[in-house]
Amino acid sequence: MEKPIFSQRLKAFTANNVVTIMFVVLSLLGYLVSGMNPFLFLLDIVNRVSRNAFLVLSLIIPVTAGMGLNFSIVLGAMAAQAVMIFVTHWGVTGLPGILLCMVLVTPLSAILGYLTGRLFNKTKGQEMIAGLILGFFAQGVYELFFLQLVGGVIPMNNPALVMSSGVGIRTTVDLSRGLKYGLDQPGAGWNMPNLLRPTLPWTAAAVAVLGLAGYLIYCRKKGARLSKSKLALLITGSVILLSWSIYQIQSGSMINSIRIPLLTWFVILGLCLFISFFFQTKLGQDMRTVGQDREVAAVAGIQVDKIRIIAIIMSMIMASWGHIIFLQNIGTFSTYGSHEQVGLYSVAAILVGGATVDRAGIGHALLGVLLFHTLFIVSPAAGRRLFGDAQVGEYFRVFVAYGVIGVTLALHAWKRLLQAKNKRETRETAGEAEE
Amino acid sequence: MPEKYVLEMKDISKEYYGTRVLKNINLAVKAGEIHGLVGENGAGKSTLMNILFGMNVIHATGGYEGSLFIEGEAVDIRTPQQAMELGIGMVHQEFMLIPNFTLTENIKLNREILKPNPVSKIFGKNMRSLNRKAMNADARKALDMLNISIEEYVKVSGLPVGYKQFAEIAREIDKDDLKLLVFDEPTAVLTETEANLLLEAIKSIADRGIAVLFITHRLHEVMEICDRITVIRDGVLIKTKNRQETNVYELAELMVGRKVEKMSRKKRSHAEREIILKVKDLFVDMPGETVNGVSFEVRKGEIFGIGGLAGQGKIGIANGIMGLYPARGEVLIRGEKLPLNDPQKSIAHKLAYVSEDRRGVGLLLDESLEMNIVITAIQNQNKFLHRFGPFSLLNKKAVRKYARQMIKDLDIRCTGPAQIVRRLSGGNQQKVCIARALSLNPEILFVSEPTRGIDVGAKSLVLETLLKLNEELDMTIIMTSSELAELRSICDRIAIITGGRLAGILQPDDSDVDFGLLMSGQKSRKGA
Amino acid sequence: MLRKALANFLRDFGPARLIIFAFFLFLCIAAVLLRLDLAELLTSSLVRIGMWGVLILSMLPAIVAGIGPNFGVSLGILCGLLGGLISLEAAYRLEGTFTFSGGDLFFAAVLFSLPFAVLAGMGYGWLLNRVKGSEMMIATYVGFSMVSIMKLAWLFLPFTNPEMAWPIGRGVRVQVSLANRGIAHILNNFLSFKIGEVVIPTGLLLFFAICSFLMWLFMRSKTGIAMRAAGDNPRFATAAGINVNRSRIIGTTLSTVLGAVGILVYAQSYGFIQLYEGPMFMPFVAVAAILIGGASVKKATIAHVIIGAVLFLGIQVVAVPVANAFTSDWASMGEISRKIIQNGVILYALTQTGSGE
Repeated sequence: MEKPIFSQRLKAFTANNVVTIMFVVLSLLGYLVSGMNPFLFLLDIVNRVSRNAFLVLSLIIPVTAGMGLNFSIVLGAMAAQAVMIFVTHWGVTGLPGILLCMVLVTPLSAILGYLTGRLFNKTKGQEMIAGLILGFFAQGVYELFFLQLVGGVIPMNNPALVMSSGVGIRTTVDLSRGLKYGLDQPGAGWNMPNLLRPTLPWTAAAVAVLGLAGYLIYCRKKGARLSKSKLALLITGSVILLSWSIYQIQSGSMINSIRIPLLTWFVILGLCLFISFFFQTKLGQDMRTVGQDREVAAVAGIQVDKIRIIAIIMSMIMASWGHIIFLQNIGTFSTYGSHEQVGLYSVAAILVGGATVDRAGIGHALLGVLLFHTLFIVSPAAGRRLFGDAQVGEYFRVFVAYGVIGVTLALHAWKRLLQAKNKRETRETAGEAEE
Repeated sequence: MPEKYVLEMKDISKEYYGTRVLKNINLAVKAGEIHGLVGENGAGKSTLMNILFGMNVIHATGGYEGSLFIEGEAVDIRTPQQAMELGIGMVHQEFMLIPNFTLTENIKLNREILKPNPVSKIFGKNMRSLNRKAMNADARKALDMLNISIEEYVKVSGLPVGYKQFAEIAREIDKDDLKLLVFDEPTAVLTETEANLLLEAIKSIADRGIAVLFITHRLHEVMEICDRITVIRDGVLIKTKNRQETNVYELAELMVGRKVEKMSRKKRSHAEREIILKVKDLFVDMPGETVNGVSFEVRKGEIFGIGGLAGQGKIGIANGIMGLYPARGEVLIRGEKLPLNDPQKSIAHKLAYVSEDRRGVGLLLDESLEMNIVITAIQNQNKFLHRFGPFSLLNKKAVRKYARQMIKDLDIRCTGPAQIVRRLSGGNQQKVCIARALSLNPEILFVSEPTRGIDVGAKSLVLETLLKLNEELDMTIIMTSSELAELRSICDRIAIITGGRLAGILQPDDSDVDFGLLMSGQKSRKGA
Repeated sequence: MLRKALANFLRDFGPARLIIFAFFLFLCIAAVLLRLDLAELLTSSLVRIGMWGVLILSMLPAIVAGIGPNFGVSLGILCGLLGGLISLEAAYRLEGTFTFSGGDLFFAAVLFSLPFAVLAGMGYGWLLNRVKGSEMMIATYVGFSMVSIMKLAWLFLPFTNPEMAWPIGRGVRVQVSLANRGIAHILNNFLSFKIGEVVIPTGLLLFFAICSFLMWLFMRSKTGIAMRAAGDNPRFATAAGINVNRSRIIGTTLSTVLGAVGILVYAQSYGFIQLYEGPMFMPFVAVAAILIGGASVKKATIAHVIIGAVLFLGIQVVAVPVANAFTSDWASMGEISRKIIQNGVILYALTQTGSGE
């Protein structure tokens, strides 16, 4: 096999990453048009990426197991809110409160995940639409519980949470005296510098140095050889990042006041490590097999349905944890609305990062969160600058979220039809070769 | 001491819904022996294998009679997993491979070598890591055994078809306890060189003391590598022979031979009549039934048969001419060129088709009998419609009348024209399909597998109907069938298709040996 | 024999439908026992059935043509809304020169929306032909995307009629009243009469009946028969010389057009044109209704449309006052029961598609 020439590779790369490339361009343009203050932008993006990354990562496992984009993570988000309402009611606060939430939500999401998995096994090939509708259905059940039963059939005496009529949870739940920043900022008041909240430039510097060193050691140990160009690229990248950080620290700009929630990032990093470890295990390999071809997996003796259920359970638990991280950062949530858009925005984000219905990785998730939220931040400002109306930008970004999902799904379905056709053609040429 | 057999099947019988498909089959395979299993489609080979592998279809339909012995011990195999554990392996005709996985991953599929890690100590052995090094070493060993030099870390998707087959085999021989390996038509998709490589590999597998059961219809391959050969026909074991004691001709005769029940009809000649259909270099891309360049001519008033084994392409010809699968080549109707790949054009040229896939292509199962009969005529000839300028409406009365007529003419047993066709018996459904074809007033009628899945009694009724149409309406009929006997009973000439090509055209009263040889890809003695 | 027939009937009917039917009966009995105003309930049931009828009917050609329930009918709805706005705008611009009655404007709205709906439907059908097997999901997101891009369009379209524009700022209002121009209730009030206390919205029901009858005729035309075959068994249809892709495009277009007409019927009864988020979740209601009526994602008849409209909308009308007797927050109770029933039924239908091997 000859190495394809550069222009062909470029073409293939573009074709495979259309959505991502379009988004990079769109985000850049949006940023330039918006004329946003880089400090405000960085502040916002650090916040948004930290609080969304975990949720988006929870989508990877079902994709690998061949179940498509898991729109049912909305159920995980509902479970998280349910638990957070009760933990707030009990008055457990801070990091212990967050940990308690995570412990309590795990069995709940596992049960939801099991039921969802059962449903998906009955709707093979239509998991995504089933997941979406399931989200709407669960919304009804959730409302029934918190709007009609809590305070009435299920007693709860807490005027801060329960509506004045005594029945139903209020439409917003305030976490500011409880779980807010429980993970981002454990045991400290807002803006109190401590070791768990280093500034952005210092963190960037540390990442530049430690990241490069760590990667090189890792390659050494594995015996993998780095190509010269890749090495040069890595070193250049690190040097640029490092010099930017030093410059910022020296200049004492506002950017030094942006702080990184280190504990949250450790949790995210932990999840990334777990996911990559997981796909090296027996269960992970089985999941990959099932995702590639259910029939072959079944013939090889893998219990396909069981593996699929496990995949959904794992995704559901991760999503509920992710939503806890999300809400503790925001500090307040709308009881009957905050979970609604979780599926939409997480799925859109991972697709923007270059994932498809049958392929998703950690890189896609992280890149996607970054790009998607960049557009999210800049579009209202860009709308105001261009049309004198921030509403335009807001409508635009919602359209983009839906549009990205629609386009990726359509492209994927189309590609699959074409592939089925090509398969026939190759068979024909194989037949002719026999002559 | 009696000879030790790896596998013994004793007095195996099987019934599906009252039809006996296997009758007292006895089969024994020794260690290191290559045992050929030869038979036409529907002879019972696959049912026998399904029994051996404990497939669900067997147990869901009442199990089987007789007994199985693995290394002398009686076993009752209920699941494919159990068969696997007993050391029985199968190389499938269709690849059970995952294209995006490496050779190693495919070879070790669900038999990965694992090593413990801290997580697995808590969460159990499902969380053990894959030991890729050891897996690669194993895969290498298996590939070396087959003389395949491709790296084990290559993805399967990039491999040529032939090598994919080897990946399948490597997976089977990698199993330590493999005792018996079944090859199901392994050379069907391979080029000649690849097929030769494969035969070599099979020999070396047998040399390691593994028993091999080799299912094929390529008789020369059987003669090349098998030690003993068993011929099955119509669910009955005809003979088991040592290779030295037999030859290709005898096998061909054993495989096909049956009494031809001739319907009372004279031999006819159409030599002086016009050529109504001329097919030149027809290629059809129908999955599993590829046609690779077939040419023939049919004269007006003939009943022309197309026969051959399944998967050889005979089914593809009618499907290609009717525009249902991508086709190229030249088809002339009365000397006029037929545009291919457009079913509407084919129908407009007065061709009609009764599909081999009655329930899939032939019928709208949940529509009424009358709608099934008239729909093609409505769509292509605007019959049975009231017209109001650009608008049209179904003429219920005309439909009903025509359907009643057809029910009478073809003797369709039903409660009435409004009955849903799903509830009809197979034979009557087939008659509905024929009635629809007739509603087009065709000049050439293509009929594929007209008696498949139909009761014995109804079979001859369907064939008689075809004969009647031919004789009374002078309709040219091109009938494709896997059942040679049926072709020989009503056709004027029979073309045999092998490997997507025309192997030869025979007269219905030619000898069994000739038919057998053509069907198994040999040259006929008298030459085609 | 009878028991077997009963068992068969129950199996065909399906547990989900049975539960819903039982629930409806329960609600009706409860309504009687609670001495609710039955005449009023019946009146508003009839209005709701009429106003949703055409939208539910729009599901029929899509299912019959084989693309499944049209989760993307919001596309047609948007075209209908656009037609409505154009009609209002035309009335405003031509004011003084011509005077239009509400009926003129209603039919003008239908006419204006048709070219948009036909074009959009054809494009949408073309897309759905390229994504066979994933139509439902893609239709849903086509719908969502279109609704959200039209939100931008509502901001920018050059409408000048002050009844539609925000007094300050950009774009069209979220709700545009139809009362000023006499379009509101134009169908509801046509030939309407009273039987006792029950008001019969004759025009509304008549319009639905005419649409249904035309659809019934279409299903018996050459094109309709071809569409039925293409949806039922594409391979059969191809062999019968039917252009399956063309039939699917016709089905999709028809569904989109009915969506456009349907929303105008809805709007005149509601009295307002609802823009922006308005059409977002309307398709799900229509999908659920036809499924409750007995359709599956592959099969549907006009009877399913009518039964579905009566059952689903009947429940919605009766549920609220009945819930009122049990809970203080009865408004949300009605909404909750709608969500659970609507989406539960769609989920149930999805599990019945046989894709579960």
